[in-house]
Amino acid sequence: MAKSKPRVKVPKKAAKGDIITIKTLISHKMESGRRKDKKTGELIPRRIINHFKVEFNGAEVFSANLEPSVSANPYVQFKAKVTESGTFKFTWTDDDGSVYSTEKKIAVE
Amino acid sequence: MNVTRRQTFMLGAGAVAFATLGSQATIAFATEESDKLIAEFSGGKEATAGKIKLKAPEIAENGNTVPISFTVDSPMTADNHVASVMLLALGNPGPAVGTFNFTPMSGEASASTRIRLAKTQEVLAMAKMSDGSIFMDKKTIKVTIGGCGG
Repeated sequence: MAKSKPRVKVPKKAAKGDIITIKTLISHKMESGRRKDKKTGELIPRRIINHFKVEFNGAEVFSANLEPSVSANPYVQFKAKVTESGTFKFTWTDDDGSVYSTEKKIAVE
Repeated sequence: MNVTRRQTFMLGAGAVAFATLGSQATIAFATEESDKLIAEFSGGKEATAGKIKLKAPEIAENGNTVPISFTVDSPMTADNHVASVMLLALGNPGPAVGTFNFTPMSGEASASTRIRLAKTQEVLAMAKMSDGSIFMDKKTIKVTIGGCGG
């Protein structure tokens, strides 16, 4: 399978105390474990991103446990309140144990 | 072997009866699973309507990606915030969609995502506050093409 590539959108700048919107997407098949292989008729084993976590300067802001009912290429949009400049760290955990992560900086004035 | 008209009919009826039974069993199982998930999430507490608002399309043409979002009305302070929100697709073979955990740093308890829906069904959103109280909202979504493969 193609390597999962995360894409994240965080505003570059914000005013102190602002609530910002963060959009995230990662390319992943999110194989539900309920689909059958058309040729062999066998179930394709489940392989999804089961956890998504967001930290800001080391403290957890938001996290999500995802289940097979989430669409392929899981998209999650959420809010965060920023009071200081810093770095957001995004981590996705795959069923097979792989971890994908990316970071985004924000300047708060 | 000669198959008479009557036999053909009986065979057909049998197949239909079997199919109906089969799908009912799956539905019952899924309901049981959602009940279990709800009980686990709420800790046995009664859910009240209000505070949480689920936003979803009335008709989803493609069940593979249905955009869905929710907002919970809360001041999001350290001692009064939304702890987590659980989404359930009650008519899916596996009803669990996901649980979203918030912190006071979220500022606002809202999120959107895209989900799979196997058929027309109710989607339920349940919010757990930091004091343990439970709120919920439900929406029926009509699905034209199901999205769970198979």
